[in-house]
Amino acid sequence: MSRYLFYPGCSMESSAIAYHESLMAILGPLDLNLEEIEDWNCCGATEYLGINLIPAYALISRNLALAAGQINGHNNNTVVASCSACYLNLAKADHYMKERPVLGEKVNLALAAGGLKYQPGALEIRHLLDVIINDIGLETVQTKVVKPLKGLRVAPYLGCMVPRPDYNKHWSDHEHPNELDRLLKALGAEVIDFPLKTHCCGGHMPQISPSTAFELIRRLIQAADEYHADVMVTVCPMCQMNLDAYQGETNRHFHTNYHMPVLFFTQLMGLAFGLEPRKLGFGKELVDARKAMSRIGVEVPQDEMQPRKARRKKEGLPMPSMPGEEAE
Amino acid sequence: MSGNGKNRTESKERIGVYVCHCGSNIAGVVDVEDVAQWAARELADRGVVIARDYKFMCSSLGQELIEKDIKEKNLTRVVVAACSPHLHENTFRTACNRGGLNPYLCELVSIREQVSWVHTDKAAATLKSKAVLSGGVERVIHHEPLEPLHVPIQSASLVVGGGIAGIQSALELADAGYHVYMVEREPSIGGHMAQFDKTFPTLDCSACILTPRMVSVGSHPNITLLTWSEVTKVDGYVGNFEVTIRQKPRYVNTELCTGCGICQEKCPKKVIDEIYEAGLGYRKAIYTPFPQAVPKYPVIDPDNCIYFERGTCKACEKFCPTEAIDFNQEDEYITINVGNIILATGYDLFDPRRVTQYGYGRLANVFTSLEFERLTNAAGPTNGEVVLRDGITKPSAVGIIHCVGSRDRNFNNYCSVICCMQGLKFAHLVHERTGATAYNFYIDMRTAYKAYDEFYQRVLEEGTLFVRGKVAEVTDAARLPGEEGKLIIQVEDTLAGKQRRIPVDMVILSAALEPRHDADEVAKLFGISCSADGWFIEKHPKLDPVATMTEGVFIAGCVQGPKDIPSSVSQGAAASARVLGRIQQGEIALEPIRASVIEEKCSGCRICNDLCPFSAIIYHDDRMVTEINAALCQGCGTCIAACPAGAITGTGFSNEQVLSQIEGLLMLNLAPPVEILDA
Amino acid sequence: MTAEALVSETKAPVINPNPNLRFLEEVSSRTAGVSRLEMCIQCGTCGGSCPSAADMDHTPRMLFAMIRAGFREEALRSNTPWICVSCYHCVVRCPQEVHITDVMYTLKSMAIAEKLYKETTAPDFSQTFVDMVENYGRSYEFGLATRHYLKHYPLRLPSMAPMGLGLLTKKRMEITPRRIERIEQLKAILARAKELELLS
Repeated sequence: MSRYLFYPGCSMESSAIAYHESLMAILGPLDLNLEEIEDWNCCGATEYLGINLIPAYALISRNLALAAGQINGHNNNTVVASCSACYLNLAKADHYMKERPVLGEKVNLALAAGGLKYQPGALEIRHLLDVIINDIGLETVQTKVVKPLKGLRVAPYLGCMVPRPDYNKHWSDHEHPNELDRLLKALGAEVIDFPLKTHCCGGHMPQISPSTAFELIRRLIQAADEYHADVMVTVCPMCQMNLDAYQGETNRHFHTNYHMPVLFFTQLMGLAFGLEPRKLGFGKELVDARKAMSRIGVEVPQDEMQPRKARRKKEGLPMPSMPGEEAE
Repeated sequence: MSGNGKNRTESKERIGVYVCHCGSNIAGVVDVEDVAQWAARELADRGVVIARDYKFMCSSLGQELIEKDIKEKNLTRVVVAACSPHLHENTFRTACNRGGLNPYLCELVSIREQVSWVHTDKAAATLKSKAVLSGGVERVIHHEPLEPLHVPIQSASLVVGGGIAGIQSALELADAGYHVYMVEREPSIGGHMAQFDKTFPTLDCSACILTPRMVSVGSHPNITLLTWSEVTKVDGYVGNFEVTIRQKPRYVNTELCTGCGICQEKCPKKVIDEIYEAGLGYRKAIYTPFPQAVPKYPVIDPDNCIYFERGTCKACEKFCPTEAIDFNQEDEYITINVGNIILATGYDLFDPRRVTQYGYGRLANVFTSLEFERLTNAAGPTNGEVVLRDGITKPSAVGIIHCVGSRDRNFNNYCSVICCMQGLKFAHLVHERTGATAYNFYIDMRTAYKAYDEFYQRVLEEGTLFVRGKVAEVTDAARLPGEEGKLIIQVEDTLAGKQRRIPVDMVILSAALEPRHDADEVAKLFGISCSADGWFIEKHPKLDPVATMTEGVFIAGCVQGPKDIPSSVSQGAAASARVLGRIQQGEIALEPIRASVIEEKCSGCRICNDLCPFSAIIYHDDRMVTEINAALCQGCGTCIAACPAGAITGTGFSNEQVLSQIEGLLMLNLAPPVEILDA
Repeated sequence: MTAEALVSETKAPVINPNPNLRFLEEVSSRTAGVSRLEMCIQCGTCGGSCPSAADMDHTPRMLFAMIRAGFREEALRSNTPWICVSCYHCVVRCPQEVHITDVMYTLKSMAIAEKLYKETTAPDFSQTFVDMVENYGRSYEFGLATRHYLKHYPLRLPSMAPMGLGLLTKKRMEITPRRIERIEQLKAILARAKELELLS
């Protein structure tokens, strides 16, 4: 498989080091080749966009220009991002420069001052999860699973910036996409139909308006807890930071006592592939995942696992059939 | 032709030129007097003997100018420079006819839509008008007198679709004494109206006002009712259509069946009825969709019948007292001859699974409008009880959401017209049947027609709570106290200015009306077109909503666009009136502007065959040449442009006529010819 | 209050290079992409979807109504854009395809330029973040967090200590900043970009 251009984003090397470690560990089994964009810079997250438009897009586009310039015979024109905000920024810059040519012109004027230029549409921007599911394929993933995560109840939490706004229609749905669910199922885990799977974690709000942030975090943790999830699984460093690192603050703010571990999907993939937990960044989370992990491989007694809400009764009026479901 | 005017054809004609001011519409931009004087002067040697300008050529006085000149000056050709031919071509042709000149020797060139309405530079516009006029003069020289084609009209008609619009059409035609074939895809006529409980604003019981009409159709001596059937082929043209109809096997001998219903009782196979019960109730593998079905004969659904699956059962056959079950029936094809066709095939409901934030399909107690109609219908799956999906619990609060899939660029841009009234009707029914609190969530309240706004007042009086806001999401994830076990509607109450979370037990989605899923294929079958949204296109949206661009094919009801029952009935009656008018005349005069194939030049390459949008082209295998059916041809010119041998020409737009017009437009016909550069 | 009266009441200078441009048009043209702000039918889907609407002065829909009415100062003083979490729920549900989140970014930048935002630490946070990026080419969380809390929430630092220590000991936060190699190139690009404006 040819190499993908890789945009890690600032968090991968610091707050989301567990994401990075586990990603590097599973590259081999997946036969996925990533080539880091040389000398990439910070995408600006959501901060620069609120200050000054053209510099914000120029900051993002330097990465696009560098990536486009790095294309040779050994890689393809797809840039893979593992962080949701980075992914959105790169995709958005490319999309808006096409939609509004005057933006593209001004951004390229700025890039020219650094000897760079970028032609909108030259790159395809994709998220890591998308590449794993659609390019590598769940069948391949399943063949690598040696220790299925049987008995582990996971709440798939995709976050908001991956399925939305989805300029190039890479995802199955804006509200309830099934990509992460299907991946976790392929790993053998028990996947909860988590209703808040794309609700916002608050982003940078812990620094701006803590009460707003804590409320958003609380909603997610509470829902996962109500559905008896053992762990929440995320794809985004910011989400993991908010849900994990700020869980203590949230508990203090609301006088609650939640203990919900939050892990990256690559960590669970590594576990299922039989890799050592230490190599997958386990232990880096602030909310301890050891107890939850001790459940793997252990059968859970039937009466403990009654779901609190019975979604559908067999008697009564028939439900409309949903795509991908067996008939009742 | 070379461009020096020397080789142009001599003109022996006597041409009258009339330049219209159209008030200030044309005269405000174009110097019309100058154009007329110029024509009299410069085009004199091309045959122009008189050139006038006048304020409103289309007025009676304007037309009389033409008539008078034809008689007094022995005009052989007339050119009018005014508005687009779409508007007044007929007016001026008729005027010529009155003056004694063949109407097809008149040419109307547009100096309004094509000049004064699109240019602001007056000098350039005036020059362009002269060029356009000059083109018209050159063309008209080559016009031939033409006579309209007269085609006899078969008095029988075909109505496709047995809903309320189709029923209305059929009854009007049949009562007038003419034969009607009605083709309906389902086992019974009645359409969507048969599914409803009450109709707004009168709250009439839908079945009570519909079934008498259905019975009339079923028993009318002039109506041949073909249910469980579909049209497969349409040949011919207006006045003389040859329609092939496929009658699907009912597996029931209608000569013997008494409609007693024992077969349905005894059938062991229960199936979810996706069509009539909107997926909320069951039927058997052998079924009539509802008790008042017309005709009364059941059908067997071979996809779900145990006999067809495994060869066993045959309970219906065993118990039928008249031995009417016949498993050996097959598709039957019949061909009928009709003069006119009315299409009234109705609508499909938008699939709200596409709006994932409303949870339909995921959350049990979210219902569609049609599902709710079945709930409230006394003959429905719950005998008229409004209950939750468990079949037992009565709701204590119901949320009715408007604009689901309508007015939304993510789904359908248009407004579905009936959803606001339907939402109000649901609120009323919720109060009446359950006493629950009803909320209506809307963007705008559209209650336009007779007694509609009064109905809104009534529902307000009954205590329904209205929230002006398009619902953002329906969720079961409780957040606040009081939300446990409920469906929560999250919405911005725009009038109060705050986001609200409203717990309810049941949510009803007023879903959009959409064209039938196979509208495109059906349109093609009948030689008409669909708009971008998928509705059938009418001849003129304001002035001719029931006719189509294809002569002899009419449309009525929701197939033309979402509408309420009175409007569907009106359109059904209107379509019939048009058909009756044709039948009365006995024959129809068709525009002679047609394409025709010069057989000697046709090589049989067949490139034109598939291009005709009106299916007017026939290929003769034996002689290996193509022929154009003059009655079906609408003179669009596609085949003429496509023919590589130039073997197709058009009466009314021959190659000569078109090329001369171009010459005239380039002003190469003047002596000396004018070069038009840097305009 | 009329727009003119608002202008005369304002203490800060109102920066509108083209006095003939309505506030709506100004916001629209400064927004990336084609904003479609004028297509809003005030349905309220955005306000209904917003997860942080309860903390906003005005719901997004109301803010757009104010923009269309030309209530320039009131709109720019609203805390709404600062509470927006950029979750894009509104954008994908909006029946008129308005680029709501990007309009929020525009309002933020205009409010900063005219110093019209109310007491919120968001602009300063963003500016601090941006300063780091402009100096190093990468974000520098430790520097950002310490500077931000010291400046604005010094009393919260003790309670943040466990979390901060946790992140540090687990090597999830770096004490020294990372730098890109060609920082001069980035600086040149950003300097040029700041001279350009997206007003058509």
